[in-house]
Amino acid sequence: MKSLAELEAIKQKAKADLAARTDGGRKVVVGMATCGIAAGARPVMNAMVEELRTRNINDIAVTMTGCIGVCRLEPIVEVIEENGDKVTYVKMDQAKARRVVVEHLINGQVCQDLTIGAVEAEAKKG
Amino acid sequence: MQDLSLHLLDIVQNSLKAKADRIVIEISADTDINMLYIMIKDNGHGMSAEMVRQVTDPFVTTRTTRSVGLGIPLLKEHCELTGGRLILESEPDKGTIITASFGLYSIDRMPLGDISDTVAALVLSAPAVNYLIRFHCQDRDFELDWQDIRIQLEDVPLTEPAVLEWIQGNVAEQQQYIFGGVLNEITG
Repeated sequence: MKSLAELEAIKQKAKADLAARTDGGRKVVVGMATCGIAAGARPVMNAMVEELRTRNINDIAVTMTGCIGVCRLEPIVEVIEENGDKVTYVKMDQAKARRVVVEHLINGQVCQDLTIGAVEAEAKKG
Repeated sequence: MQDLSLHLLDIVQNSLKAKADRIVIEISADTDINMLYIMIKDNGHGMSAEMVRQVTDPFVTTRTTRSVGLGIPLLKEHCELTGGRLILESEPDKGTIITASFGLYSIDRMPLGDISDTVAALVLSAPAVNYLIRFHCQDRDFELDWQDIRIQLEDVPLTEPAVLEWIQGNVAEQQQYIFGGVLNEITG
């Protein structure tokens, strides 16, 4: 069983990490209203957090928002850059979430095929 | 919703929208009368008696993106399918208590799901909120209070990956320990 005392070691390490860290100002926002949750937003959010943790990236905040208004495209993930630029990814799943972490957040390459623009254009064609 | 932990995540979003900063989540199983309870108590801005009456109607919602709210009606339906019920108590400026009960061994009861994943999502959703998680079943109890965690952590944020991992691991371990062998979906 875990005890609160274990947090002491975590605190010490985190304090050292925090002192050495500069805030990147980027954030990831996951739609977490009824529509998003029912479509699988929670595993998407957890996959992003896990992937960032595994890769030791801790200057990107992962958070949530309510219904964005396009429920049929949930789960929706927005990547917001420091300058306010925003990329909206739709119909996400855990694998796509991990891809966004690696390709977009780490390597700076937007996953064009997962963006709302690409998915909507594809839907119109089909 | 595929399981109760997802309902929980959904319902707590209402507490967050009501600007609650203290949210108590209690999950308990009573094996004498074979019922499972999920209670959420918040100190948010609460609802009027009229709103409480209306809120189980899917065509009543506070959301502005469209005029249909499904969270509470869906949960109520799932409760009633299993022989349980949904009880809402609320007072403006005081807060809201939602108690959902389910027939423990009803074939229609959804599995509890992964409460630790919901808790992690709730911390990320609102890092400033002081949650309190309580599990109870037979002679086993578990309680984790964010106020205690914050005292330990001093100024380290709860969203720190290592902290989040610890909270998640703790809740997962306790869910298994407290409900293992009692809920059909969790082996003892």
